[in-house]
Amino acid sequence: MIDIERDPQTADEKAGGETPFRGMGETASMDTAQAQAPEVTETVREVIFDVKELQVTYPNASAPAVDKISFEMGKNEITALIGPSGCGKSTMLRCLNRMNDLIVGTNVTGQILYHGEDLYGPNVDAVQVRKRIGMVFQKPNPFPKSIYENIAFGPRIIGMEGDMDQIVETALRRGALWDEVKDRLKDNAFGMSGGQQQRLCIARCLAVAPDVILMDEPCSALDPISTGKIEDLMIELKQDYSIVIVTHNMQQAARISDKTAFFVVSLDENDNRTGTVVEFDDTEKIFTNPADERTEAYVTGKMG
Amino acid sequence: MSATVDAPRVAVQVIPPADSRAKLRERAFEAALIFALLISLAMLIALFIDVFTKGLPGLSPEFVTDKASAFPANAGIATSLLGTLWLMVVCIVFIVPIGLASAVYLEEYGTDYADQRTWTGRMIGRFNTFVEVNIQNLAAVPSIVYGILGLAFLVRGPLDLGKIILAGGLTLGLLVLPVVIIAGREALRAVPSSIREGSMALGATKWQTIWRQVLPAAVPGVATGVILALSRAIGETAPLLLLGAATFNTQNPSGIFSAISALPLQINTWISAPGADFQALAASAIIVLLVVLVLMNSVAIYLRNRYEQKW
Repeated sequence: MIDIERDPQTADEKAGGETPFRGMGETASMDTAQAQAPEVTETVREVIFDVKELQVTYPNASAPAVDKISFEMGKNEITALIGPSGCGKSTMLRCLNRMNDLIVGTNVTGQILYHGEDLYGPNVDAVQVRKRIGMVFQKPNPFPKSIYENIAFGPRIIGMEGDMDQIVETALRRGALWDEVKDRLKDNAFGMSGGQQQRLCIARCLAVAPDVILMDEPCSALDPISTGKIEDLMIELKQDYSIVIVTHNMQQAARISDKTAFFVVSLDENDNRTGTVVEFDDTEKIFTNPADERTEAYVTGKMG
Repeated sequence: MSATVDAPRVAVQVIPPADSRAKLRERAFEAALIFALLISLAMLIALFIDVFTKGLPGLSPEFVTDKASAFPANAGIATSLLGTLWLMVVCIVFIVPIGLASAVYLEEYGTDYADQRTWTGRMIGRFNTFVEVNIQNLAAVPSIVYGILGLAFLVRGPLDLGKIILAGGLTLGLLVLPVVIIAGREALRAVPSSIREGSMALGATKWQTIWRQVLPAAVPGVATGVILALSRAIGETAPLLLLGAATFNTQNPSGIFSAISALPLQINTWISAPGADFQALAASAIIVLLVVLVLMNSVAIYLRNRYEQKW
């Protein structure tokens, strides 16, 4: 298997300054870019995120929450971030769509290249980033509105064209929820079960046609049956989207992910916790033949 | 080799007998609590009995539709009731946008600009703290002080509006504005941050998030706060007296530029007038005011129960 850094078109984009975050013309240029890209074969791995030496420090913290994190995430892959609690997996994830910007004073150094463009570059607007990179949270967080309005909110605010009923139906179908809710679209989303609420949140995220979906322990509040449904859904969504998932459930990471990053946490002399990646590789290798003994201890259940 | 054998089951008293003195203390404490509650309840009941025995006979449709009159037999509350309604209209139009905007700034934006790492951020942070502390203080300022303020700045002084309903309504609005801001902030704070994050993660701007998700979710709390603020404003007499409102006014107000008249002012006039007839009129007017207050509070309770979001 040959891994290449990024395909030539993305490199051109970087050189020509034609980048994904340039306002309204953006969608058109991205479409053309994809149309002109050389046909992707199985042996070519397109890099979506290239994280280089990332360090994140929260305001008033004396030590960084994560430090020296470098790895790449590929297109149409599920990348799992695993590791013990408090090791900075969520912090890492929230950097990928700049949700950490919402905490004023958070300091991010290093680089995250998204399709070759610096996500934290001076001309990049966090709002535009989040339109391309969606997020699903740990606890289902539907809006206190109808199921229909939950889906329609995203497309409306980003000014999506087209028939809203159609957009809503497509998103709910993609979220594997349509058959269950098609007769009660006007009902309040809070009346759904936890698993349905989480699939609604995924469908809501799909409705704005993102490129990447970030998932922060999406199944931790759900029962095994709902979890199974969401895992099936993720494997299906992989065909069209790239997914990064934080999970505490190692079996889940083993079942669904292509690549896995294993995080550990280290304490400094003042007990400040700093997370870092000790191993990043194919999921199969991480779980069967890890290079680092800490990874082995964790995945076999001797630690954490 | 050993075998396990059940121990013989003999009844042993393990639980000590009840401590009767501790039980007595508990009862006494409970009784003291109920007594404290009954004192305030007794005052309310005494007020009701007094007002209803004096005022109920005088209540009639004519009492509500008649204008003020120097003769007790012809006197009604039409003028003052209309005046109160107009005052509330001015008040609500003033406090809802101003109070809500202040609450949104303090709750949603205030902390964002107060970045402790920069000099301007620290100054803004200090300013926000100053404002917050003073809003709490303003809510406790005696209403008569607002009357002085209204007289100096609205009726006379810079705005020079005269003794009109607009000036009265704005004065009452200033009086209850802190209550609205505090209630608004609580309502905004009750909207979980996961809703804001969910909205922002879809690519919504902060403004879109606040306007289309946070504020609609906070409406029941805000509405409750506004109604409770209005029910405080509706009973205020002192600031209106200080503005120099006429105590005897037979001209029904036709809008916000009419002369000030208000139900509590009318009650005050009648109570200070000589003669049992006027005392009875005052009691009847108090009943009307109480009914209006109960109605407003019922609406607030209904809104809270009907639309409150369980997160």
